[in-house]
Amino acid sequence: MPKRSIVPFGPQHPVLPEPIHLDLVLEDEKVIEAIPSIGYVHRGLESLVAKKDFNEMVYVTERICGICSFMHGMGYCMAVEQIMDVQVPRRAEYLRTIWAEMSRIHSHLLWLGLLADAFGFESLFMHSWRLREKILDMFEISTGGRVIFSVNKIGGVLKDMPKEMLTQFVAVLNDMEKELRETTSVFLDDFTVKSRLVGVGILTEDDAIRRGAVGPMMRASGIEVDMRKTGYAAYNEIDFEIMTSKDCDSYGRCQVRIGEIFQSIDIIRKAVAQIPDTELSVPVKGFPKGEAFVRLEQPRGEAFYYVRANGSKFLDRMRVRTPTFANLPSLTQTLQGCQFADVPLLILTIDPCISCTER
Amino acid sequence: MGKYLPFAKTVLKNLFSKPATTAYPFVPKEYPARSRGHVEIHIDDCIMCGMCMRSCPPGAIEVKRAENTWTINRFDCVQCGYCVEKCPKKCLSIVPGYQTPGDKKYIDSVVKPVVEEAPKAEAKENEKDA
Repeated sequence: MPKRSIVPFGPQHPVLPEPIHLDLVLEDEKVIEAIPSIGYVHRGLESLVAKKDFNEMVYVTERICGICSFMHGMGYCMAVEQIMDVQVPRRAEYLRTIWAEMSRIHSHLLWLGLLADAFGFESLFMHSWRLREKILDMFEISTGGRVIFSVNKIGGVLKDMPKEMLTQFVAVLNDMEKELRETTSVFLDDFTVKSRLVGVGILTEDDAIRRGAVGPMMRASGIEVDMRKTGYAAYNEIDFEIMTSKDCDSYGRCQVRIGEIFQSIDIIRKAVAQIPDTELSVPVKGFPKGEAFVRLEQPRGEAFYYVRANGSKFLDRMRVRTPTFANLPSLTQTLQGCQFADVPLLILTIDPCISCTER
Repeated sequence: MGKYLPFAKTVLKNLFSKPATTAYPFVPKEYPARSRGHVEIHIDDCIMCGMCMRSCPPGAIEVKRAENTWTINRFDCVQCGYCVEKCPKKCLSIVPGYQTPGDKKYIDSVVKPVVEEAPKAEAKENEKDA
């Protein structure tokens, strides 16, 4: 039997700005087992429900993560709205959908950039982030923030996007689409890039189900799972197909995410075309009492929100299960038997967000 | 397997185009109108109700009714805009222009000018003198 050695990976590692620690059990250059440990950036955001009232918590939940901040706020609002039986106006639902899809585009572009960086293609990383910048500018124009948007409130949204703004955004996205085709074709067609992605980190359909993978990780294993199809916000009125790939490897995950960028642009176009003209929010009176459970599709996968309220202005409990947490078992699966040099790349392919995971 | 040099087009375009970045701070950035930079108060309309103080998630605002002052710790403020939403007199607003970094912490304090009472007091004093 060859000699086994344990190499620690992280919590500080050049490939990830966020802290995750893995103990890699190696046999020569081959990874036999990977034991993850998290808990380096726990901030106790969930326990803040005891100190901040349920309206203020919207601004706290947004700060769970800097990339899916919009959808964290939205998920929390949806859960409280469900408890209080509030019917959100249709325009607010459409605006939420548009912002959520914009978040998806910028999150996936961020991921593509980081992936390029992980396999050492620095200029491709820069080009992905150059494109992402346009989405961030659109966020700044429409919400006033580039990372934290603060537009959600319980009962609707705070800011409107007038018609001129929406048409301008669609024009920007149409222009961006051409550039995107050019940049993403490098990920999908380049010989060198493919040599780093194809066949690396196989997660078979069975394994994906057994390990409870979510989001693009699950869809890249050929399983059609997308929480948007449950029809929250305005997704029930917008037609789209679930992106899947049969490749089950890193290339497949890349393919799914690239497909989703174009799909999100398409969803935004459709939403802009059929956005109704109603008020932005309904007044919410009283305090929530009861419990609710909300599932929504974040760029990284499915997120769960659980809220229990006792009829006072402070909630009893709030709990978020984030997609990265759900994808960690699949990560340990893909790492088994891979080459040591592929470890950073494989950690990236689950699109890890450790701040989300630990809250 | 794969196209031949798919990145070449981007590289060539990139060689002959202007940089995507700007020379900030030499070329100043123009912020959109909705940009959430910092909170401003129109103190004359303020009724010192303290709604902003109670609603502020990080607890950056302090309203002292006795001293007629409205203070904000700009290093604590997260620009969420909840105080602006809650203000009953709509005298708070969130405007572009980010908080500049500082070498020490300070607190911005605005004192509400006492307009109506001052002349009366003076008038009374005048009466006494007379």
